[in-house]
Amino acid sequence: MTNKNNKIQQWQNPLIYLLAFSSGFCIMGIELLGGRILAPFFGSSVHIWGSIITVFMLSLSFGYLAGGKLSTKSASLNRYGMIFICAGITVLPVAFSSQWVMEPIFLAIEDSRYGSLVASMALFFIPTVILGMISPYSVRLLVTDKNKSGQVAGFLYFVSTLGSALGTIITSFYLVLLFEVNDIITVFSSILVALGISAMLFNRLNQKNKVNVSNEINQQGAAHE
Amino acid sequence: MNNSILTVMLGIISSVMLSSIFSAPVQAKTIHSERSLYRNILVEERRGLRCLKFNVRSSKTQQSCMLVDDPQRLVFNYTKMLFSSLLVNPKPERILIVGLGGGTMSNTLHQIFPNATITNVEIDPAVIKVAREYFGFFENEHITSVVQDGRIFVKRAALKKKKYDWIILDAFNGDYIPEHLLTKEFLQETKQLLSSNGVLSANTFSVSDLYNFESATYKAVFGDFFNVRNNRNSNRIILTSIKPLPDGKLIAERAKALANTLAVFDVNIADLTSQMTSTETVQDWPENTRLLTDQYSPANLLNLSN
Repeated sequence: MTNKNNKIQQWQNPLIYLLAFSSGFCIMGIELLGGRILAPFFGSSVHIWGSIITVFMLSLSFGYLAGGKLSTKSASLNRYGMIFICAGITVLPVAFSSQWVMEPIFLAIEDSRYGSLVASMALFFIPTVILGMISPYSVRLLVTDKNKSGQVAGFLYFVSTLGSALGTIITSFYLVLLFEVNDIITVFSSILVALGISAMLFNRLNQKNKVNVSNEINQQGAAHE
Repeated sequence: MNNSILTVMLGIISSVMLSSIFSAPVQAKTIHSERSLYRNILVEERRGLRCLKFNVRSSKTQQSCMLVDDPQRLVFNYTKMLFSSLLVNPKPERILIVGLGGGTMSNTLHQIFPNATITNVEIDPAVIKVAREYFGFFENEHITSVVQDGRIFVKRAALKKKKYDWIILDAFNGDYIPEHLLTKEFLQETKQLLSSNGVLSANTFSVSDLYNFESATYKAVFGDFFNVRNNRNSNRIILTSIKPLPDGKLIAERAKALANTLAVFDVNIADLTSQMTSTETVQDWPENTRLLTDQYSPANLLNLSN
């Protein structure tokens, strides 16, 4: 029974890396599509990318702060999964109400620099803050040995930034050629939610086993008495 | 010792070869070059022909050319082809040009229609500056230029209920296509700007995969349109209107009336009528072609495969 528990337990870190990879993939995929989403209202001048990148960097920075803070109180795979589910849900308005969000901003602000900045804020700030929480929270879940903390963080950044690189190239080279922007965003959102749920299920499975194992140990102890 | 002699000899041979490659045709002299926010802008001159280029390498990036001694004469086939629009609306009073280039169109149209208001929309302020300095582009009480993304200009103009009798979309160069100016939604917004007998002409492509997608999108928004094409270059002009397209008889009449005016600019309007085909009679793209929309517009990727 202890053996089985270890078997499940040993998959926890790969799962966290997979989740971090996917979040990197989705963040950059969404950022790239941001240009497409804003273009009908704010054009495709250089300052559109200025707005989008500013908002993404700003929200990620807040996200890192919030994620780090959150990880100090009873960090668990369960909460980690919740972050993904929240991110997935808050990404959805990007697909389904972007017109509705951008139109009043376009009408209210003549200057397309500030218009695009406000619009990217409205669309991307919340989901990207939540996505930014994932990195520090992953570090918290992965690090067990202080001496290896740098190595763990390094590998985590490697995995999630690799995900970002792939998310950028695959979205811009291939996905936009095959699918509509909204469909791609919806798929990103579903992936995030699905990963969040799988983290929570994994956690449950793990807990159950732990309980079983400890029960077994207790029973064995009782038998000896 | 041997080695160094060899090196020197190789050096001489290669430099001779290189110089013969580059000096064979009369060399184009670069008279101005600058890097703007959006592109490299080059003005080159060769045998009295001055050209605006947006990149160095590719030959398809010539934006606008002008004969220094005869600035009135139109050099490019596609600019001449644009005049076929007058067969759909012979007397435009309000003209909108999206994509300035050297400003040749604006200048020429002002000569033909001195009382028409001409609005030039150009995203890159450096292009406007170069057009003024090197291509004689001018503004006056009838001619204005606006530095703005074409899509935003059109959207704002539609909100203000502006109307134009002739809209020229010329924002595509061979290298990069603003993808948000090819979509169904953009064309619908542009359609709102057309006056009741207004004509929209777009200078676009005829060779790549994009041809089918673009054609299908125009047809979906405007219905049948004219394709103006000659076999000499890869441009085509799309002509369309919210009114039904004029028939052959009317076109012939209008061509006759315009012939003399346009001959001054080296435009043979009778020739142009023979290059026009209506999509009513010839539809040369598959029926189920996907439309370009704000959701799906990989125009640059589609344009790669030509």
